[in-house]
Amino acid sequence: MKSQSNKLFEPALVKTALKQSFIKLNPKAMLRNPVMFTVEVGTLIMAYMSFYSFTYTDQGSFIYNVIIFIILLLTLLFANFAEAIAEARGKAQADSLRKTREETPAKVLSKDGSLTTKSSNELRKGDMFVCEPGDTIPTDGEIVEGLATIDESAITGESAPVIREAGGDKSSVTGGTKVLSDKIKVIVTTEPGESFLDKMIALVEGASRQKTPNEIALTILLASFTLIFIIVCVTLKPFANYANTPITIAALISLFVCLIPTTIGGLLSAIGIAGMDRALRANVITKSGRAVETAGDIDVLLLDKTGTITIGNRKATHFWPSIDVLPDDLIKAAVLSSLADETPEGKSIVELAAQSKVSISLKAPEHSEFIKFTAETRSSGINTPEGLEIRKGAFDSMRNLAQRTGNKIPADVEERVKTVSSNGGTPLVVAQNGRILGTIELQDIIKTGIAERFERLRKMGIKTVMVTGDNPLTAKFIAEKAGVDDFIAEAKPEDKMNYIKHEQQEGRLVAMMGDGTNDAPALAQADVGVAMNSGTQAAKEAGNMVDLDNDPTKLIEIVEIGKQLLITRGTLTTFSIANDVAKYFAIVPALFIASIPALQSINIMRLHSPESAILSAVIFNAIIIPLLIPLALKGVEYKPIGASALLRRNLLIYGLGGVIAPFIGIKLIDLVIGLFI
Amino acid sequence: MNSEILGVVASFLITLLIAIPLGKYLAKMFAGEHVWTDFLKPLENGLFKLAGIRPGEPMDWKQFLKAMLTINLLWLVYGFFVLMYQDKLPFNPDGNPGMTADLAFNTIISFVVNCDLQHYSGESGLTYLTQQIIIMFLMFTSAATGIAAAVGLFKAFRDKTTTNLGNFWEFFVKAITRLLLPLSFVVAIVLAFNGTTASYEGKDQFISLQGDTVNVSRGPAAQMIAIKHLGTNGGGWYGVNSAHPLENPSYVTNMVEIISQMIIPMAMILAFGYFIRRKKLGWVIFGVMTVGMFMLMIPTISSELSGNSNLTKMGITQATGAMEGKEVRIGPLATGYWSTLTTIVSTGSVNGMHDSTMPLTGAWQLLGMMINGFFGGCGVGILNYFIYLIIAVFISGLMVGRTPEFLGHKVEAREVKIAALITLLSPFLIMAGTAIAAYLFNNYGDADWAVKPANWLNNPGHHGFSEMLYEFTSANANNGSGFEGLGDNNIFWNVATGFVLILGRFLPIIGPLAIAGLLAKKKYIPESAGTLKIDTVTFGLMTLAVILVLNALSYFPALALGPIAEYFSMK
Repeated sequence: MKSQSNKLFEPALVKTALKQSFIKLNPKAMLRNPVMFTVEVGTLIMAYMSFYSFTYTDQGSFIYNVIIFIILLLTLLFANFAEAIAEARGKAQADSLRKTREETPAKVLSKDGSLTTKSSNELRKGDMFVCEPGDTIPTDGEIVEGLATIDESAITGESAPVIREAGGDKSSVTGGTKVLSDKIKVIVTTEPGESFLDKMIALVEGASRQKTPNEIALTILLASFTLIFIIVCVTLKPFANYANTPITIAALISLFVCLIPTTIGGLLSAIGIAGMDRALRANVITKSGRAVETAGDIDVLLLDKTGTITIGNRKATHFWPSIDVLPDDLIKAAVLSSLADETPEGKSIVELAAQSKVSISLKAPEHSEFIKFTAETRSSGINTPEGLEIRKGAFDSMRNLAQRTGNKIPADVEERVKTVSSNGGTPLVVAQNGRILGTIELQDIIKTGIAERFERLRKMGIKTVMVTGDNPLTAKFIAEKAGVDDFIAEAKPEDKMNYIKHEQQEGRLVAMMGDGTNDAPALAQADVGVAMNSGTQAAKEAGNMVDLDNDPTKLIEIVEIGKQLLITRGTLTTFSIANDVAKYFAIVPALFIASIPALQSINIMRLHSPESAILSAVIFNAIIIPLLIPLALKGVEYKPIGASALLRRNLLIYGLGGVIAPFIGIKLIDLVIGLFI
Repeated sequence: MNSEILGVVASFLITLLIAIPLGKYLAKMFAGEHVWTDFLKPLENGLFKLAGIRPGEPMDWKQFLKAMLTINLLWLVYGFFVLMYQDKLPFNPDGNPGMTADLAFNTIISFVVNCDLQHYSGESGLTYLTQQIIIMFLMFTSAATGIAAAVGLFKAFRDKTTTNLGNFWEFFVKAITRLLLPLSFVVAIVLAFNGTTASYEGKDQFISLQGDTVNVSRGPAAQMIAIKHLGTNGGGWYGVNSAHPLENPSYVTNMVEIISQMIIPMAMILAFGYFIRRKKLGWVIFGVMTVGMFMLMIPTISSELSGNSNLTKMGITQATGAMEGKEVRIGPLATGYWSTLTTIVSTGSVNGMHDSTMPLTGAWQLLGMMINGFFGGCGVGILNYFIYLIIAVFISGLMVGRTPEFLGHKVEAREVKIAALITLLSPFLIMAGTAIAAYLFNNYGDADWAVKPANWLNNPGHHGFSEMLYEFTSANANNGSGFEGLGDNNIFWNVATGFVLILGRFLPIIGPLAIAGLLAKKKYIPESAGTLKIDTVTFGLMTLAVILVLNALSYFPALALGPIAEYFSMK
């Protein structure tokens, strides 16, 4: 899925989009966009004027009227094309995800326990089906019984199989993925056509797309600019009459279309769709456009420690033998006690030992007895036939053991245990026949590059909060090392919830990621809740986004997508309005030069003739839309350099640039037109 | 020349020196903190008791506006009838007649809305009684209304989240007792002692050197001229306003008048910063407004000093600059300075004929009124600027990738809608008004009901267009100055500008206060590194750009056909 083509204009998509551009001319659809609707009205008037000028001569030549009509029509088509291509891209992306869930046979379990084969399309919410190795999972559901390894590469692009099992936080399966081993019983969780993906596709498609709050506010502002220019153009007629200057309808409508913010008006919906599309390309399914926009406003980010900040579980990083113990003895004992230990910690001890110069055998002596970890003993270990009893565990349990067996507790070990703890590590003490040999240091491994990402977030003004079950001391250490701003230690599910509520009360917007049913209330409470696709159905329902990659750092990307979305709208609005300055200097002298020759002085671009000036301005106004489509689709880059610096930068590029660019553009077009008339 | 420049620089510096402490004082006083004028408390408490006002009683934005509108409506009714029947009332030594209904309609609105557009001449159109109990009275109340409204806006942003905009009545009364009355008292005395008339006697007479008998109007003018400037009202005692030698006798009174019309608008901006405990924001706004002021003032002064190019072509030297319509005792520089200030702060008093200024000066005067937010009228200046701020905040908020916030409150569709409507209002009133006038002039030149539009204009052509544009711009800005070549005392202009006046006054007060009320109610969002800070130079420049671009786009065609065409035709 990640290998999706990033080409902006796929020929196939362009074709659909071109067709759509014409269909979207339907005035009913146009009404959604007040700016472009007025252009459509202007185009219709020009269509009439073209006929009119065929027989009468007082409104300029026929050719001139027809050309203006064509340019206005093109302006409309360009704007429609922008929206259509954004839709087409979003749909193509969604379709490629949907393809994974083509019709597959489902082994449906009926109430009496018999199996029947149905098409996946016929599955209803609440149906139960069974999947065996080699089966493709027919639709989204939750495992109710069993455990299986599943290949989710069709969705995530990740080839390593994942384990999904009933009951836990990783109980969801996605349609289109493949069962590799074992047998699972799954309950269908969505009605056909109502999966998150289906909802997302509907969001991209025109009909049910709802404008986001910022989009509505911006539309209002653009509509009011449009109204101002209606006032300007309507009143210009009596003004011109007063100055004894006849103004043709074509000139008046050209002026109007040039002045109203068609650039942003034409691209506005494309920008919004492209935002959702970018989220989808990041393998995030959003349930509303609003969620993407809100992501840009996030102030606080709640991240789970494990998997996000640190790699999976703790790892052994050091062996610390007691003063009178040989390092080799400690390492050998540690390895022996861990051979049967299937926990990641246990494995990491063996790995660490293998890296040391000590030669160790990876096989326990035959007939050894392995002692499993229990909550009571808080230790695990091995009893060998030679009579070695090796235990490793928490310091206090080992101390009890030593005391029971009449061994003393070395002061240096006690000291070491404290240092390790205060360094954020977990000390494991190893004892052989009751004698304490030394300490194994387990440490959380912080992901590489995570500190830089947090730094970036800080520059965006986002506070990062680490959520962990660790004790406060360890949590603090890791938090400092990873560079997060705050942490919740010994976190219970309700702690997350309380933290979110507290931040929200202070007016901040909170985002979090979660997978478990426990997380569901917090996901619902958070302003942006991203559920992992592997998570439980409850979690997925509660959040407003679903991450198909199950990647906890995805939140960072989502925030940037949200910000980009707003920035693109803001900068293109600025650009669009700034363009008007040059257009005035082109059109106003053109309108009045015949009767007020003195106004030639404000024709600072020295445009060829009044007609060419007006044509150049409308042509520039039209072609700037397709020129900016790539920018609208890709989004204006977000740089975390602080709000004021960002504003300066964007003002310079899109504000000042927006004033200057059309002067050059209009002049160039005028030079070309000058060749023909 | 140097002393002329010195005079202007000195005027500006003195204004600044008064405005800064005054701003601090206003912030403290309206916040109810301890200030030295607290000795007036018993007087105020007496007034409150008399009027049944419970000071400190909270008002939400709707109640606040209701109070404001109710009292203003009352004055409208009261003034309308008194003006119509002033001839039947005492203190009319010159026997001046009552006003026609349309003139009374225009005049009373004009003064209630702090505009002071005068379609009459004070000497012959009003009596001493109406000058005082209508005109001067309204000069106090209209200025206090604006100030109270602005303080309501301040109050909205002082606390993190609130529905309380403060008590309108309290602010209103205090604006008069603690600010306008004391200052007017001082200014009136200075003016009276420098030759401004202050007598209740009727016309005086003298025989000129030619042997003609000349009647000279007098009256208790000094006290009115003080509040006329302090309250950014601008309505003159005499028809020619502060160009009249008895209204503005000397360079000293000229300085006093120009300083007094500027101090409250300036102080209010700084007071905003102090009041909401964001001093820097006050200074940034002040900076933007000052830059804007100089952008209008420098070309104005330069075009006035370089004189009339038509006269130059005839070989006439104009050592002192363009002198047509200017008073020799004041000179073109001080007149240019005045003309910029009076148009940006919406006073609208004049010390020379704006109609006679150079074409481009006319354009700057018009633009000053169209923007109407560089310091602006008493209190309302900051309200107008607030609308620009909201639009700037909205666009730049998007540009930095966050839902726009103003002082910790999200700016959303509803606020943008109100701001957009208010932004629309000015171009609509100005351009639609001018368009109708131009249409009547063109097509119904001999319509009797409008006293023959063909005769409206003393100067047809571009300048005539500017005269009509100026009248509507001045009315919408509640400025009150005029390009007096326009024959405006007839039913069309009285009624049309009357409506423009009232809409141009109250909607731009209602809008900002509604936005402020809505914003203040919202949850306060603490600042972070991603929050756009609005008390920075960058944001100041953004606001300035929004103001300039918005106004240039709205008015460029109109300005091009009026003053700009005139300018290029003269070249």
